Amino acid sequence: MIEGGVWKLGRDIDTDLIIAGRYCNISDPAELAKYVLEDLDPNFVKTFKPGDVIVADNNFGCCSSREVAPLTLKAAGVAAVVAPTFARIFYRNCINIGLPIFEILDVAKDFEKGQQIRIDPGTGKVTNVTTGVTFQAAPFPAFMQKIMDAGGLVAYAGEQLGGT
Amino acid sequence: MAMTMTEKILAAHAGLSEVRPGQIINAKVDLVLANELSAIVAIEEFSKIKGAKNVFDPHKIVIIPDHFTPNKDIQSAKVAKKVREFALEHHTLYYEVGRMGIEHVLLPEQGLVRPGQLVIGGDSHTCTYGALGMVATGVGSTDIAVAWALGEVWLKVPPTIRVEFKGKKKPWVSGKDMILYMIGRLGVDGAIYSAIEFCGEGIEELSVAERLTMANMVIEAGAKNGVFAVDAKTEEYVKAATNQPYTVYTSDPDAEYAQTIVYDMDDIEPQVAFPHLPSNTKPISQVGEVTINQVVIGSCTNGRIEDLRIAAGLLKGKKIHPRVRCIIIPGTQKVYLDAMKEGLLETFIQAECVVSTPTCGPCVGGHMGILADGERCVSTTNRNFVGRMGHVTSEIYLASPAVAAATALRGKLADPGQL
Repeated sequence: MIEGGVWKLGRDIDTDLIIAGRYCNISDPAELAKYVLEDLDPNFVKTFKPGDVIVADNNFGCCSSREVAPLTLKAAGVAAVVAPTFARIFYRNCINIGLPIFEILDVAKDFEKGQQIRIDPGTGKVTNVTTGVTFQAAPFPAFMQKIMDAGGLVAYAGEQLGGT
Repeated sequence: MAMTMTEKILAAHAGLSEVRPGQIINAKVDLVLANELSAIVAIEEFSKIKGAKNVFDPHKIVIIPDHFTPNKDIQSAKVAKKVREFALEHHTLYYEVGRMGIEHVLLPEQGLVRPGQLVIGGDSHTCTYGALGMVATGVGSTDIAVAWALGEVWLKVPPTIRVEFKGKKKPWVSGKDMILYMIGRLGVDGAIYSAIEFCGEGIEELSVAERLTMANMVIEAGAKNGVFAVDAKTEEYVKAATNQPYTVYTSDPDAEYAQTIVYDMDDIEPQVAFPHLPSNTKPISQVGEVTINQVVIGSCTNGRIEDLRIAAGLLKGKKIHPRVRCIIIPGTQKVYLDAMKEGLLETFIQAECVVSTPTCGPCVGGHMGILADGERCVSTTNRNFVGRMGHVTSEIYLASPAVAAATALRGKLADPGQL
């Protein structure tokens, strides 16, 4: 079960905002995490609490294919991202690296910053603990669920190769 | 059953007789591309795959250090070094500084991407190659690492949106203006998870260079890939680049499209995308007075010789505005050399522009033209998000090489038809 405070972001949050291009020659996720969402809100990194959840509007993670975007969010302690839609490369990167994401239509209007959110990753049930309203995330296709159950695409590929 | 081009190419690579939108497939890839920034993460992930010692086929893996090269600082040099060592160790295709170019200008030029292929790349603008009648799409570094090991990628078959451009181009309108116009109407997520298939008279009259520009920016509408039918121009372009065989796929006449959108070329004039979204477009006649500090002409979107010819045509015999810095970035060494032979470099230097070696450089906020607070840049690149090219309060205006060159001369957003 994931439970934490809500960080409310708008639509079209692009990967340049999540982690700016100027930091993309850094590979250490812990170092990258110092600059998470810096160009959107320089105070984000100071006030965000590990375990909190981002609730955003449409097209979260648009722009670049940089995998350091979800890696940076994960390293900063973002427990999950909930949005109506995700940009497709960001979406598959999250599946592959294991940053929990949940697609729920029109979800952004029902959450405000500072509210508490609870997510059951097993069922996709999402609750606004503050208001008591519940939502159902779209289920993942069986193949994607298999990748996540294996612990990400690297582990899944290892299984395919018969690695031990 | 009837299928679109995208569906046929995906089915062929998945070993299936047919596929449907929404279906998840494991597909064999013809080429796996990475730049130094996606490769550095992929190398780490590759090392974690149990049982993966060698890459599946070194001839189908290409690594190009183009983003922060020639190395802009020590950190970038370390990244480039590690990536180079991996490429040499695994004998992959690798283009070093001096031989490299911006990946999406280089691969078509080198004939590494051809009609009918399925290509994935650790760069969102991998979709560029769809201009040549193939399926090409951007993925992340873990996907790259796994494709290096298995030669496969998991893909969800996208629904296809058909976009028709009716009629012929007005003067000074280019493929760049057509794609900006489309993104302005569709929005930055208007084609999310989808394929875009371009057609119509407006598309047929475009050069391959302009089609590459258009396919390059379908990601800016959220699309997975953009695809163009193969015609005589495509075949001429591909045959000039390589003698390798290729396969031509066509959409069935009764293929199913998620939607069909028709634009009239008579409605399209040169476009400018204002900060901070590629969809925030205005026709050049309505841009008003916008003074500009810097102009960038280059990138995977518009760094081809055809683009430089257009810019040089406008700049020849003139000087750029005294308050403007104009940075010209040829996309590859070949483009650079051709520009030199054709006298374009002299035109640029006489016009007081600076000419850079091929690099993604300023487009990704790396180097070679970073903006200070409040500065405005007109750029032939593909993205104008907050802080993309430098300071968080700087502004990027996306436009064609013609509009960019006209703007360099005037010092403010300018219509090349009004010079």
